[in-house]
Amino acid sequence: MSDLILQYEDGNEMVINMGPQHPSTHGVIRFIIRTDGEMIHDAEPDVGYLHRSIEYIGEKCTYEGFMPYTDRVDYVCAMTANHAWASAVEALANLEVPIRGEYLRVISDELNRISSHCIALGAMAMDIGAITPFPYALREREYINDLLEELCGARLTYNYHRIGGVGWDMPQGWRDKVLHFLDRFEPIIEEFNRLITNNVIFVKRLGMMAPISAKDAINYGLVGPNLRASGVDFDVRRDMPYSVYDKFDFEVPIGQGAMGTVGDCWDRFWVRVEEWKQSVSILRQALDQIQETPQGDFWNKPKRLKPKGEAFSRIESARGDMFCYVVGDGTANAYRTRFRTGSFNAMQTIREYSKGLMVADLVALIASFDIVAPEIDR
Amino acid sequence: MQPKDVYTLLQEQVDAETVFDFSEDEISKHEPFCFVKADKLRDVCQVLISNELLAFDFLLCITGVDMLNEDKLLSVYHLFSYQHRHTFVMKVSVPRDAPIIPSVASLWKTANWQEREQYDLLGIQYQGHPELKRLLLPDDWVGHPLRKDYVEEDQYRTMSTTRYSVMGMLSIYDENKPQTEGEKPHIVESKDQ
Repeated sequence: MSDLILQYEDGNEMVINMGPQHPSTHGVIRFIIRTDGEMIHDAEPDVGYLHRSIEYIGEKCTYEGFMPYTDRVDYVCAMTANHAWASAVEALANLEVPIRGEYLRVISDELNRISSHCIALGAMAMDIGAITPFPYALREREYINDLLEELCGARLTYNYHRIGGVGWDMPQGWRDKVLHFLDRFEPIIEEFNRLITNNVIFVKRLGMMAPISAKDAINYGLVGPNLRASGVDFDVRRDMPYSVYDKFDFEVPIGQGAMGTVGDCWDRFWVRVEEWKQSVSILRQALDQIQETPQGDFWNKPKRLKPKGEAFSRIESARGDMFCYVVGDGTANAYRTRFRTGSFNAMQTIREYSKGLMVADLVALIASFDIVAPEIDR
Repeated sequence: MQPKDVYTLLQEQVDAETVFDFSEDEISKHEPFCFVKADKLRDVCQVLISNELLAFDFLLCITGVDMLNEDKLLSVYHLFSYQHRHTFVMKVSVPRDAPIIPSVASLWKTANWQEREQYDLLGIQYQGHPELKRLLLPDDWVGHPLRKDYVEEDQYRTMSTTRYSVMGMLSIYDENKPQTEGEKPHIVESKDQ
């Protein structure tokens, strides 16, 4: 990469450097932007600043020992990264997870999804200039962090899931605390909608901006909320159920184009707000059903884990379909591990869809994809 | 559609020499896969996308695997169809010293960065890729780290890549060093006793 920060070229084009330390890039990402005044002609992403060679580490650790590292794949929603790795290894070694372990996984996943969407939505509003919703969302996230801390001892990098189950059962009285939180949180979604989602300035800013058609979204490999905002009715939890997701009754919100076209930035925001509601519904059902499972039976600890062959798992993370592929060669370490994450695919779409946007709108586009930098670089 | 049926259909549509070695493990229930010849990869992908019974519109992932013992590099393609909700896995095997595979970036746009990443970390040359350069590592990095025989350079831009071990300086942590009388760990005696 050229080290030039600012440079005038032929015609009216100007090359501007954005990042790596830019407050609205959600981590360390750099863009090399060619603009004509305020109009973006090209925004080339330059990633890799947070590359910590997770896949290489995975080859050097034992299967169990790699679990804490998977937290670092996506630190905003670490539970689902845990889940992806555990599921892939369980598929490889043909392990069964006790039913209570599966419920605890779902509960922890969904709590983490809510807190991850809190960051996504709050930060998106803040990037655009609305400061108030951010502390509103972060306050709710604090409650979830407290709950998860009580469950597994950590507030950000949980290392809660294990191969064959989860690390600990839920503590005494924890179920009631989660239910109490859900009762509190549900009215706050409505409050959040009044505050920002249906705010006329916000809607005018994001409606019609950078719409992505369903066909393009699939071709670019967008996953999760970004894909559903484009009108593709697909959710791994419902359509290829893993864990115990087939026992819950929930809806999959898809983009309606209510404030413009289907798949615009506002739809991507709205889909995440609706997912909050669905997560609350799943949590209520899971907390109800977990009472019927035998207490204390949450982890089938594998005695000798030296699987051979290959397997993959697909987990609906907060940023969409997380793909984890693992090849085993009959030793205690994996031969090859691979994580393909939602942000990685979303990042490469930015170059195409930023063309013709204003410079200030690029920030909104990045935020609407809910990009987390370590998930791109791993 | 089951992977076996996809495989049979591909053999009919392309030819039996291009798509070969279907392996299915009944006991382990791992996802079955087949091999595809490198030079015909684009033809096979074209069928996978355009055939209405298959309609693999989503490329889940491209993974490079270094098979050092067999002197091969694998490129594994996981495909998924949103229309039919089925999955298919195919592998392309190329020699380690000339790892050239046709790029599929024009068929699935998501392949663009994934091929760049595999080129970066494993050195697989995807021919026909619009912009095949390093993605995660710096442009002037030497070597491809996920290759099994990769040895890191001592220096990168005059910065040392290895850290001098502080543990090695303390003889008590050095397992190989025979301990002598004078080098025993110094224990401070409590004054209370």
